[in-house]
Amino acid sequence: MTALLEVKDLKVRVEDNEILHGLSLTVNPGEIHAIMGPNGSGKSTLSHVIAGKPGYEVTGGEILFRGEDLLEMSPDERAAKGVFLAFQYPVEIPGVATMNFLRTALNAQRKARGESEFSTPDFLKKVREVAARLNIPQEMLRRGVNVGFSGGEKKRNEILQMALFEPAVCILDEMDSGLDIDALRVAADGVNALRSPERAMVVITHYQRLLNYIVPDFVHVMSKGRVVKSGGKELALELEASGYAQFEDAA
Amino acid sequence: MAAVQETVDRVRRIDVDQYRYGFETLIESDKAPKGLSEDTVRFISAKKSEPAWMLEWRLEAYRRWLTMTEPTWARVNYPKIDYQDLYYYSAPKPKKQVASLDEIDPEILKTYEKLGIPLREVEVLEGVVRPEGERRIAVDAVFDSVSVATTFQKELKQAGVIFMPISEAIREHPELVKKYLGTVVPTSDNYFATLNSAVFSDGSFVYVPPGVRCPMELSTYFRINERNTGQFERTLIIADKGAYVSYLEGCTAPQRDENQLHAAVVELVTLDDAEIKYSTVQNWYPGNSEGIGGIYNFVTKRGDCRGNNSKISWTQVETGSAITWKYPSCILRGDNSRGEFYSIAISNGHQQVDSGTKMIHLGKNTTSRIISKGIAAGVSQNTYRGLVTAHRKATGARNFTACDSLLIGDKCGAHTVPYVEAKNSSALFEHEATTSKISEDVLFYCVQRGLSQEEAVGLVVNGFVKDVLQQLPMEFAVEAQKLISISLEGSVG
Repeated sequence: MTALLEVKDLKVRVEDNEILHGLSLTVNPGEIHAIMGPNGSGKSTLSHVIAGKPGYEVTGGEILFRGEDLLEMSPDERAAKGVFLAFQYPVEIPGVATMNFLRTALNAQRKARGESEFSTPDFLKKVREVAARLNIPQEMLRRGVNVGFSGGEKKRNEILQMALFEPAVCILDEMDSGLDIDALRVAADGVNALRSPERAMVVITHYQRLLNYIVPDFVHVMSKGRVVKSGGKELALELEASGYAQFEDAA
Repeated sequence: MAAVQETVDRVRRIDVDQYRYGFETLIESDKAPKGLSEDTVRFISAKKSEPAWMLEWRLEAYRRWLTMTEPTWARVNYPKIDYQDLYYYSAPKPKKQVASLDEIDPEILKTYEKLGIPLREVEVLEGVVRPEGERRIAVDAVFDSVSVATTFQKELKQAGVIFMPISEAIREHPELVKKYLGTVVPTSDNYFATLNSAVFSDGSFVYVPPGVRCPMELSTYFRINERNTGQFERTLIIADKGAYVSYLEGCTAPQRDENQLHAAVVELVTLDDAEIKYSTVQNWYPGNSEGIGGIYNFVTKRGDCRGNNSKISWTQVETGSAITWKYPSCILRGDNSRGEFYSIAISNGHQQVDSGTKMIHLGKNTTSRIISKGIAAGVSQNTYRGLVTAHRKATGARNFTACDSLLIGDKCGAHTVPYVEAKNSSALFEHEATTSKISEDVLFYCVQRGLSQEEAVGLVVNGFVKDVLQQLPMEFAVEAQKLISISLEGSVG
């Protein structure tokens, strides 16, 4: 079986600093992987490189998506193939109505895949359905993308897009940052609703707390640009009890 | 390479070389001898069969112009213009006397067809390809120095609206022209306006009688075709008491290596309770990516809210011209009158834009609103220059100004030069200004969602200018949106 996402011995530098020193990770369809680690361990770099954010130099290794070389693709090609990154800090785009943004993006992806664009009524129906599930009021969709949204609303807007685009791999970058417990529960419910045997998720977080709501199949601990330990969901609890310090030396 | 850098490079490569209206129409023309003298002025006046008073008016302007010097205060640089090296009048040579649209030189009709301007009202009326609910627009087409066609004459006449080339209005409605011409922009106003007064050849004239709401949008389409020719059009629009009219102006020119001069004057007058909405989409040839060629656009546009409770609203989308020097203004003379200025000015390549507005508050409780969006890319310079002033008797004057600039790349410049003067202590003026760069994070967010780099820039820019686009009539807004994408991306759609 070809893995959905395969990161092999990935080395990444930003300017003169090597951030990832040979990281490997294999993600199969239906799996949820949690990546934990202290600040500066390279978690966000990994998510950015998978999505194709400019400014990172890959000096070694490879990333395969369904066996294809992901690093050869532009970020929008990756999105159309089904790579989705839920941002830690979603940006605001003033003057661009959320609804308009969603439609433009969805149709751009469909066009890239050679599929027909959604008609307006079909699209509206789909958005309303998904928005209702996530408890997102219609009024929010008329506002500029993330403009004046609360932290919780921004995260829900990310999940809304995830639900709409139906990606194959979802990378959730610190989804819990800036959320109170209630907002976290709503967001996690939204994510859980998207679990499916075809879809994989990579959940990046500092804290075990999020993993009470989104229960992972695998937990990886990162430190200083490498995965230093992998295990089942119980590894997260172990970390919560003993902290990251034990791995700092191992790395 | 960083995303923004890629965009910047792409914009730099394509930008202005992709001007779509750069074709030339090969047609015989009737020209005045090169250069400017009293004889040139007399020649133009005679060509137009003008009455003696009009010639006198022109000559007076010409004599005054000789004593004036070209202004230098704007933030634009260009080699000195040799005014003797220009043609001041050029008209397509008529094959025969034109009685109806069918007799217009087919080459000219083709030109307008290429530009997407419907002159054949028959087609429009019979709805060949007419989406439901599309509004009709009456068009006056000006080709070099003369007006070649004005559509929907009959229907407008029924409503009592006069919409004709100004050269015709001088002959047919001298009382109206005499009463209003030069009362908003006097012949002595400024160097370029004075030049225009001496040599203007055509333009549009609109008079909407009391209480009439003009039944359709009026539009003038300006095209410079001839080589070495300046275009000096003159537009005069009067909305009598309680009247309303919406007027649209569009402009293009062929792609040429030399610079061409465009020095227009537009005068608007609103009497009591009247309203004029004036929209421009300016897309003169901007020159190539090396900065060679392009139109010098030195234009004086001013509206006079002469009556109480009257309103004038300017909306402009400026994407073309090598140099733009343009300040559509409002004199708020009538009590409770209102002036508005909505502007999108895009500069790319080597373009230089110095544009803005003047809101002159004279009457009581007058209000004005200025929303200016400047977008600079390439190595262009984009300046907003504005004046808001309240005179001693302008009790309760209010102004709100918001100037936002967006920079794409690191070789362009955005400048904001607001002048604010209040001579009445009850005046309330607000000014807001922002300058921002198109952020890499925003672009990455968009491409992560599947948009191409170009689509992402287009989306962000269109979001940035949305407040102003909303002010344009529907058809124009769509056109403008496309134009903005093209002038910044070259993704010819």
